[in-house]
Amino acid sequence: MKFVGDRHLRKEDPRLLTGRGRYVADLALPGMLHAVLLRSPHAHARILRVDAARARAHPGVVDVVSFADLGAAARPLAIVPPHPELRGRNFSLLAGGRARFVGEAVAAVVADSRYAAEDARELIDVEYEPLASAQTLAPGAPPVHDDVPDNLAGRVSLTRADVDAALRASPRVAEVRLRIGRGGGQPMETRGLVADWNAAWGQLTVWASSQVPHQIRQFIGDLLDLPPHQVRVIAPDVGGGFGAKLIVYPEDVLIPFLARRLARPVRWLEDRLEHMQAATQEREQEHEVTVGFDDTGRLLALRDRFVHDTGAYTPRGLVVPLLTASMLTGPYRIPAVESSFESRYTHRVPVTPYRGAGQPQAVFVIERVLDLVARETGRDPAAVRLANLVRPEDMPWDVGLTNYRASGNVVLDSGDLPSVLRRALESAGYAALRARAAASRAEGRLVGVGLACYVELTGVGPFEGARVRVDAAGRIAAFTGVTSQGQGLETTLAQVAADELGVTPEDVSVIAGDTGGIEQGIGSFASRAAVVGGTAVALAARDVRAKALALAARALGVAPADLQQAGPAFAERGRPERRVTFAELARLAAGATAALGVEPGLESTRFFQPADMTYSSGAHVALVEVDPLSALVRILGYWVSHDCGRVINPMIVDGQIQGGVALGIGSALLEEIVYDDAGQPLAGSYMDYLLPTATDVPAMAIDHLETLSPLNPLGVKGVGESGALPVPAVLASAIEDALGPRGGRVTRMPLGPARLHALLPPPG
Amino acid sequence: MTAHAIRLTVNGTERGARVMPRLLLADLLREEFGLTGTHLGCEHGACGACTVIVDGEPVRSCLLFAVQADGCRVETVEGLAGPGPDAGLHPLQECFRARHALQCGFCTPGMLMTLAAYLREHPSPTEADVREALSGNLCRCTGYQNIVVAALDAAAALRAAGVAR
Repeated sequence: MKFVGDRHLRKEDPRLLTGRGRYVADLALPGMLHAVLLRSPHAHARILRVDAARARAHPGVVDVVSFADLGAAARPLAIVPPHPELRGRNFSLLAGGRARFVGEAVAAVVADSRYAAEDARELIDVEYEPLASAQTLAPGAPPVHDDVPDNLAGRVSLTRADVDAALRASPRVAEVRLRIGRGGGQPMETRGLVADWNAAWGQLTVWASSQVPHQIRQFIGDLLDLPPHQVRVIAPDVGGGFGAKLIVYPEDVLIPFLARRLARPVRWLEDRLEHMQAATQEREQEHEVTVGFDDTGRLLALRDRFVHDTGAYTPRGLVVPLLTASMLTGPYRIPAVESSFESRYTHRVPVTPYRGAGQPQAVFVIERVLDLVARETGRDPAAVRLANLVRPEDMPWDVGLTNYRASGNVVLDSGDLPSVLRRALESAGYAALRARAAASRAEGRLVGVGLACYVELTGVGPFEGARVRVDAAGRIAAFTGVTSQGQGLETTLAQVAADELGVTPEDVSVIAGDTGGIEQGIGSFASRAAVVGGTAVALAARDVRAKALALAARALGVAPADLQQAGPAFAERGRPERRVTFAELARLAAGATAALGVEPGLESTRFFQPADMTYSSGAHVALVEVDPLSALVRILGYWVSHDCGRVINPMIVDGQIQGGVALGIGSALLEEIVYDDAGQPLAGSYMDYLLPTATDVPAMAIDHLETLSPLNPLGVKGVGESGALPVPAVLASAIEDALGPRGGRVTRMPLGPARLHALLPPPG
Repeated sequence: MTAHAIRLTVNGTERGARVMPRLLLADLLREEFGLTGTHLGCEHGACGACTVIVDGEPVRSCLLFAVQADGCRVETVEGLAGPGPDAGLHPLQECFRARHALQCGFCTPGMLMTLAAYLREHPSPTEADVREALSGNLCRCTGYQNIVVAALDAAAALRAAGVAR
């Protein structure tokens, strides 16, 4: 029986449906204390004095800690990954002499209840000297870091061929300026930690709502001077991540610091206001684009120079703008390209990847360019795209731009991009849809059709591991370094292991997000868990089965070829009563002697180190109507065609795409983090930062192509972020079509009613 | 502040507690009674993850003080399928699983309790009705489509079982 490809119901669901999930906030340890953080109310200020005397005297308060109390831990967190062009600066566990964004933590209060800790927080007296802050990407803003001139965190230029010459030689040239605003991952569960220091055996245990428990262990080790074997970090059930839980935050080390300092368990649960003010965000960029093309709409040259807002610190280096720049050309063949950026510091929440990671911006830019070229040449937008897409015979296609890890160029490994687009067009009934929109516009309604194509970089290395073990009771466990924040890895990785071991997914327990389960790990982001983690599980499970087979042959005194599998057991062919179970084999392996010729234990640990990234692809089509009175956008139809290689579980893959599209709708139409001139965020709650609701997200049709990746044995490509990538682009395309030739051009995202209203065609 | 003695019925069991007047119902359920299935996503009444049913009405337990629930009948996700840990799954829970209507599961208890209360009053909703009924519950993972379908399936199952009262 094969389980990969099966619409297998999720193993995690029964506990999550009945209230028996275990999220960080559900953990209560005996003697546990509660921490809350005091955060800077200023975007930029000198911290002259922190006086905690009144707070310390408050009933129930156990400790108040500021930068001066951190000792050897008063150092900035490491930046992952470094880059030669990066002038990187990172935050410390608490702000020292300077606060650089509204929400940067300044002090921590620990008390016997959260209520008492929050009361005491009001009693901390901080003397600030407010300073002018950088709230613009233009040069000349006040410095965010005194030793970083022009607030320039890094400048990178990626080129393919001579773009100036190619632009000069192009029959036609057009220019466009595009702008994308800030948003956030906004998982429904905020961040949170419980830390427990056991002094008796020198063991720190940390439960963290995180995508990267192994990296947290590393940072704790560095800053608190603890070796890895004394630190165990566990990501239990995690209520969504989307990138908001991707970096190691100051709190991830601060709460363990407090637990050790006080020798008591300490819990910290971020509230939603803190999440809006201190969890990292993304997307803000300003692009200036020049494109050269011919009369048929063939792209000949593309130059994009953009400025990227990196916020006050660079915990993730230049990853986001490098992804935008390197993925700029997307699925299209463009002979000459320049893609350059300047990443600038501002006094705002630091910018790190969230679902899409720089790529939604790249898709928005290139797809706006394709629509521009279609309009200039008078050709159908779909035809222009089909004329420029990388063809199947071009694969693998070297884009000619260095990839974001600088491990080589972006090389599309596989895919059939024209087929993906054609299938999306067929599914939508594209020609009829265009006719329907035109007929509606003739009646005076603002109805339009949009489309967008994309590729997504997935399956990022450097490695992921898996330990697969059969214990003496025959229980099968697969420990993995990737983590689940709702992606269903307990099910999909069990499907992968089950196929390799010849058992069912119900026989396999997947233990993810526990540094105690596997020594080395990276985590879940960059649509990598199924690709890299799944492959590691397959390799380790394959080893275990081979070992079990060899042991079974020896135990039964027959050749391996004379055995056949029957679930978690092997039997002699034709003599099913002569059998040995996995449990018996595990007991045999537990006492392995030299004569047995195998290493002890029926288990294997394997790592998969992919040679390169693998690229998913897709095309979306939308039909929208703009209400001319309210300037609200109603999505009348939405069609997705997608290729993520082999599909492990189609139910889960569809769910990932649906959720990704929903998030994309939010970032296209609803969600924006806006700062005023003083750097105060104007959205602090879900009343002013609007997530899409059930009435905003339409039902959508999803179609799959399965072009296997040659870069891993399962042939899989990532899917977690794909759905979100093209949504701003496809809605921009559809809205612009709906506004008609008398309406404005869509050059900015998100496009809420206020901004869209200015683009409406004049009445009459 | 003085503590108040309150009595309430939680999932069919009568319980008492001494609570400070500002203690939220959500904190009472989670921290005092250990019913951690009720989740706090925003603590300002906007996300709906903490929805429980009080005297038949869905309420945000992050906006209600525990003292306000004195004498009330409270239902949480732990009691949805019936009393005891071996109650199995309620039709809504069954349909959520079958339709992949949850991913991270954090908003799920609030979705279930909102729908449970809604379907008692509206046994035959349309898709648009369900979307409207769910519009106060945020989900960041699923895009809602599967939740809507699961709710419609559950409504049908409840009607068929004749327990949609």
